[in-house]
This record gives sequence, C-alpha cells and structure tokens, in this order.
Amino acid sequence: MNQTEERYPFYRTFQIEGGNFTNAGSISSQVKRILKEEGFPGQVIRRMAIATFEAEMNVICYARWGILNLLVSNDFLKVVVDDEGVGIQDVNLAMKEGFSTADERIRELGFGAGMGLSNIKKVTDEMVLTSVVNQGTHLEFTINVKNGDFS
Amino acid sequence: MTLREIQKLLEAEVFAGSQHLDREISHAFAADLLSDVLAIARRGAEGAMLVTGNQTLQVIYTADVVDLGAILFVRGKRPNESMVQLANEMHIPLLMTNYIMFETCGRLYQHGLKGCVEKVEDESD
Repeated sequence: MNQTEERYPFYRTFQIEGGNFTNAGSISSQVKRILKEEGFPGQVIRRMAIATFEAEMNVICYARWGILNLLVSNDFLKVVVDDEGVGIQDVNLAMKEGFSTADERIRELGFGAGMGLSNIKKVTDEMVLTSVVNQGTHLEFTINVKNGDFS
Repeated sequence: MTLREIQKLLEAEVFAGSQHLDREISHAFAADLLSDVLAIARRGAEGAMLVTGNQTLQVIYTADVVDLGAILFVRGKRPNESMVQLANEMHIPLLMTNYIMFETCGRLYQHGLKGCVEKVEDESD
C-alpha cells in the first residue's frame, strides 16, 4: 500500500476475543472513528457502524475468537468477519427476526433478541453468511459509498 | 429542549458531560434492547437522547457508534464508574432520573420532545 500517492484501498484488522464482554463494542467504535476521519458521509458511517456492532457482538457472544477485517475504498466499504466457534446450524433460520440462541448473560447486556443478523441485512447493500457447525462462521457485508442516501 | 431543561424537568442527576448541558435535544427514544437502539438509529438518531434502563458499557458504545446526543437512565439506575469514564471519553452526557420510564417519556413528550421515529412501516421494517 502506497499511502502517499493512493490512500485507497486500505484495510484494518481487528481481533475479537469470544466471551470477553467487557469491551464489546469497542471495535465498532474504532471502525466508526476511522471512517469519520476519512470523511465518509454520515449515513454511510452510521450504517457501517450498526452492522459492525452487531457482527462484533455475534463473535463475542457465540465464538471463541474472530478476526474482523475492514476494507476501505473509494466506492465501497466492506467488513469480513471470520470466527471459530459453534457456528450456525440453519443460516436461514438464524436470519429470521426473533430467532435466538442467546443465553441469559447475553440478554442481560441487552442483546440476544434475535435481531442482529436481520439488522445487518437491513443496513447493508450486500451480505453473505456461511457457517459450518462446530467450526465457525464467515460473514461479510458491503456498503456502497455512492449509494449513501439509503433510507 | 436543552439538556439543562431536561435535567430540571426530571430532577435528574448528571454523571457525565456536565459541560454539554446547553446541548439542544429535539428528539428522543426509549429502549432497553441494544439491537432495538441500533434498529431505530438506522433511520437516523443523530443527536437524539436515549431513555433507557440498560446499565452496561455497551449502551455507551452503542450511543457512540450512532452519534446519540445523550443517555438518560430511568428509575434511579446509576451508571457505574467505568460507564462514566467511557462516556466522558466519548463526550456523551449521562443523566439519571428517579422517574420510571413511562413517566419520563410522558413528561418529555409533554414538553415538546418528539420521537426520532414515529412508527415502523410493518413488522419486517
């Protein structure tokens, strides 16, 4: 990456520790700051921040560890999350609003209502979710920068 | 309404952001589920005040990522030290009132504060 001539694309990698709820949300907060510093439109940043927050919580709640990659380019923003964990038995079912396997601890934090994945779907332009039970989950989502006026 | 007016109206205690009490708040919403907060904020809640009983660090992070204007805790729920510290770092004012959620929202609405979203279109919205 040659930052002096061409700033984009660049990427940032974040490690997420499963089960560590203390700073859950801090990566999304960092992602938001990066995008703000880069001067992306507010609506684009908000949508990215919401989707990233849900994705970060999913790893913390359901996986042993995960890696979140943020790709920043002129035309689109992309997040790819890979985790090692219990995985998702039925991806279609998991996408359904209200479906949840959350335990009491997760619910105490105000999550686990079964809205996370559908929230991600609603705020992003493209979303891909695949999973292998007892191995892990792969999630990626994209938001087009030019299409920032999404309502 | 300014945060100062809200503080007075609800006899609220300020835990963080006392230097931001002149901040103008025109919209608010109430939620305890953070996924609900994020879902509502999807339509835009920048500068809005969140009325909540959620007492976690995550409510502060959530407020930060969607640029809320303030958080008001209801029913006498005091934010703990680490919440206050994080809110200060993120410049998010934290207030606490002894009124219950219903009374809090009613009084705010009566004084001209509007919901940041009136209603959703349908169940899947």
